Amino acid sequence: MDQGSHQQPALRVYLRVWIWLFVLSVLSYLVDLSGLEGLPKWGLITLFMLLKAGLIVAFFMHMAWERLSIVYTVLVPPAVLLFLAALMALEADYTLTSRLGIFAN
Amino acid sequence: MANPHPGSPLSPEEISRPTPQAGMSGLVNDWAAERRVFDMPWGKTMMWLFILSDVFIFACFLVGYMVLRISTVEPWPDASEVFALTVAGQSIPLLLIAIMTFILISSSGTMALAVKYGYAKDRRRTAALLLITALLGAVFVGMQAFEWTILIGEGVRPWENPWGAAQFGAVFFLITGFHGTHVTIGVIFIVIMAVKVMRGSLEGSRPGFLTGRKGNYGMIESLGLYWHFVDLVWVFIFAFFYLW
Repeated sequence: MDQGSHQQPALRVYLRVWIWLFVLSVLSYLVDLSGLEGLPKWGLITLFMLLKAGLIVAFFMHMAWERLSIVYTVLVPPAVLLFLAALMALEADYTLTSRLGIFAN
Repeated sequence: MANPHPGSPLSPEEISRPTPQAGMSGLVNDWAAERRVFDMPWGKTMMWLFILSDVFIFACFLVGYMVLRISTVEPWPDASEVFALTVAGQSIPLLLIAIMTFILISSSGTMALAVKYGYAKDRRRTAALLLITALLGAVFVGMQAFEWTILIGEGVRPWENPWGAAQFGAVFFLITGFHGTHVTIGVIFIVIMAVKVMRGSLEGSRPGFLTGRKGNYGMIESLGLYWHFVDLVWVFIFAFFYLW
């Protein structure tokens, strides 16, 4: 298709996404200020992070208007990174346990 | 156009292309038909593939950071205190980082608008928005340099720091440095693109100085993808490194 293969979204869409990104950033900053700890803190930070990432990819990067062939090509491979992260977390945990067990004074 | 540039709006392939189907059957069709898979200019496809590879590089850094942070027996320095800024005698945690985040998001917004006005062939607005984007990016890099200066002054090195686990410095300089390099490269290319827009190179399909590629407004979209990606990476760094 032509250079702008998808319809150019209305200005309103961009402005709304923009405002939401600001709001979500403020919220994640407030999580830090609020002094929350543990799971609520990490959960909220991750939630706001994923929402921001989703908004940027879907609207600013136009993924919402692209064909599935490119959407899947870009979004599916990074899923294996979750697997890498899980493996490395196990490995790091083992390293920590060994260090504490062997080098503990 | 005697010899249309591949990916230009009027190449014969695109004129003869049947109306694409939507959904899963469209996906199967795109991959199975005897033509190129991605129904977009090649520059944009390649930018997406570059971004995909860059995603893996940054992800490897972040996973490495996770491993170091989990496996160290010393306490990890508290980012809220390390990156606190003292304003009028009061210490405000992460103030500089919060401002940097807002600046980068703003620049992403102006970039998105630049792409939109580029396709609308509104040269003046496109160029202005690109220049604002570049300016915001430059301010971001400047603030990062300021932050590095403060931390180096406080004794942070890749191998040691005054607060705890020695790995903190290595991770900090590597990840924020690599991201800052991306921002810097982005700023340079955005300025070049703004000049191209201002002198009408994109509208007149003028070949570029280095590559000889004929100008078109799709180039701004590809550059925009890169810039939004840089913003996207910052979202993850902000969450994992500064807030976690």
